[in-house]
Amino acid sequence: MSDVTRAEVCAAACADLFRGDGEIVAAAVAGFVPMLGSRLARATFAPDLLTTDGGPSLSAEPVPLGGSAETAEGWLPFRDHLWLVLNGRRHVVMGPSQIDAHGNTNISCIGDWEQPKRQLLGVRGGPGNTLLNPTSYWVPKHSTRVFTEKVDMVSGVGWDRGAHEIRAVVTNLAVLDFDTPDRRMRLRSVHPGVGVGDVTAATGFDLVVPDEVPETRPPDGEELRIMREVLDPKGLREREVPA
Amino acid sequence: MSKVMSPEEVAASLESGMTVGIGGWGSRRKPMALVRAILRSPVTDLTVVTYGGPDVGLLCAAGRIRRLVTAFVTMDSIPLEPHFRQARQSGSIELTEYDEGMFMFGLYAAAHRLPFLPTPVGLGSDVLKVNPELKTIRSPYEDGQELVAVPALNMDVALVHMNRADARGNAQYLGPDPYMDDLFAKAAARTYVSCERLVDTADFAKEGPVQSLLISRAQVTGVVETPNGAHFTDCVPDFGRDERFQKLYAQSAADPEQWAAFSDRFLSGDEAAYQDAVRVWREENR
Repeated sequence: MSDVTRAEVCAAACADLFRGDGEIVAAAVAGFVPMLGSRLARATFAPDLLTTDGGPSLSAEPVPLGGSAETAEGWLPFRDHLWLVLNGRRHVVMGPSQIDAHGNTNISCIGDWEQPKRQLLGVRGGPGNTLLNPTSYWVPKHSTRVFTEKVDMVSGVGWDRGAHEIRAVVTNLAVLDFDTPDRRMRLRSVHPGVGVGDVTAATGFDLVVPDEVPETRPPDGEELRIMREVLDPKGLREREVPA
Repeated sequence: MSKVMSPEEVAASLESGMTVGIGGWGSRRKPMALVRAILRSPVTDLTVVTYGGPDVGLLCAAGRIRRLVTAFVTMDSIPLEPHFRQARQSGSIELTEYDEGMFMFGLYAAAHRLPFLPTPVGLGSDVLKVNPELKTIRSPYEDGQELVAVPALNMDVALVHMNRADARGNAQYLGPDPYMDDLFAKAAARTYVSCERLVDTADFAKEGPVQSLLISRAQVTGVVETPNGAHFTDCVPDFGRDERFQKLYAQSAADPEQWAAFSDRFLSGDEAAYQDAVRVWREENR
């Protein structure tokens, strides 16, 4: 299958976040693309993953985006989700409003906390997620506003503040990880059609850029079929990634 | 034996300066009819403890909140709450901002009459920086782990909305998630339950299994029957969120003139007037 879209590359990259995770809950709360990625991983190489229908049901099978679980294999109301954070059998994908070079993130507010310039959500589950669970991030629009030298409020802790594991950041341009001696953000791969310079220009701090930056793998034929025909026939993934 | 009250009676039993817990979660099964009753009362200067949604927004818009204790304020399908944002950005409310799990431990501590519960959550984050009153504690066991001592979220009053209740105050949820409503009820000195429908005690079993009886009358001071009383948040399976009305609310909240019109149309009368105005609006916008 050709004419692979950027959103499909991103979704496959999000699926890859869960490689090796085993029998844990994939909590992809950041949007359609990581949600699709987690279900795609379960439908292909990570069948032991647990996924939800977006509500409190753990679905017996990965369900299409926007659908609800026909068969539930478990119940995960908010209180048990919060228990699971402490228990640790969970890998969460969140969406940061700001992220720095060590993976500290902010979803709380922009500006001075006492009287913010822009109030956002509040810290939500960010402090617990990042301290106790493997955490990844999804950024649909990679920009210097998001990738910033210093976040205004640390709602998700980074590698330099005791994070359990900040695994990777998938954006509309690239995949970034922290596979460096001092856990500073590194460019792991650029999506097909994206240049290294596009990524560094859209990043507000110095990224670690290896001499050779590979291209993010495209989804294979089976993955494309599952995304297009089974898990996201309405193409919700395309709405989330800027053209 | 009957604890049945009106929304007005609940609001009249509150005093300015109280700490009020509000159940539900975001824009889900919020006791909105009771919040609207507070808006019609003179009660103000409240400390509100909640997983915040449009309940917080409405109280902010009316200037009733002095301090908010929360982990987030969201309307779920609309992520950001405009009145809450405005209140924060103008500095008109004080904020105690916890992680969602810390907040739950604060509820558990209060429900169990403990002064605090320990959790590692919060360490490393700016939650400790913006809440300088939070203290840490070291495990007395071999691990010696440093933990945050989340103080009990004690409340004078809790307000929750359930699907069914009986006149004595036993209350039942029928949706997929209890949220933390039982913890709010156990944590507060007084709890008021509004419900979609009052039923005879013997009829609970027709509605759901025994484990859906979330709240015991031992924790409940008053019961209010408020059909559609969670509107415009959801109250599954009785009704889903009124997304169109929530959108109208959010759009109106973003502009003072439109907000005045919204208030005038929907919030200037009693609960029956609200429900009527919503019905008429729905007819007009079919």
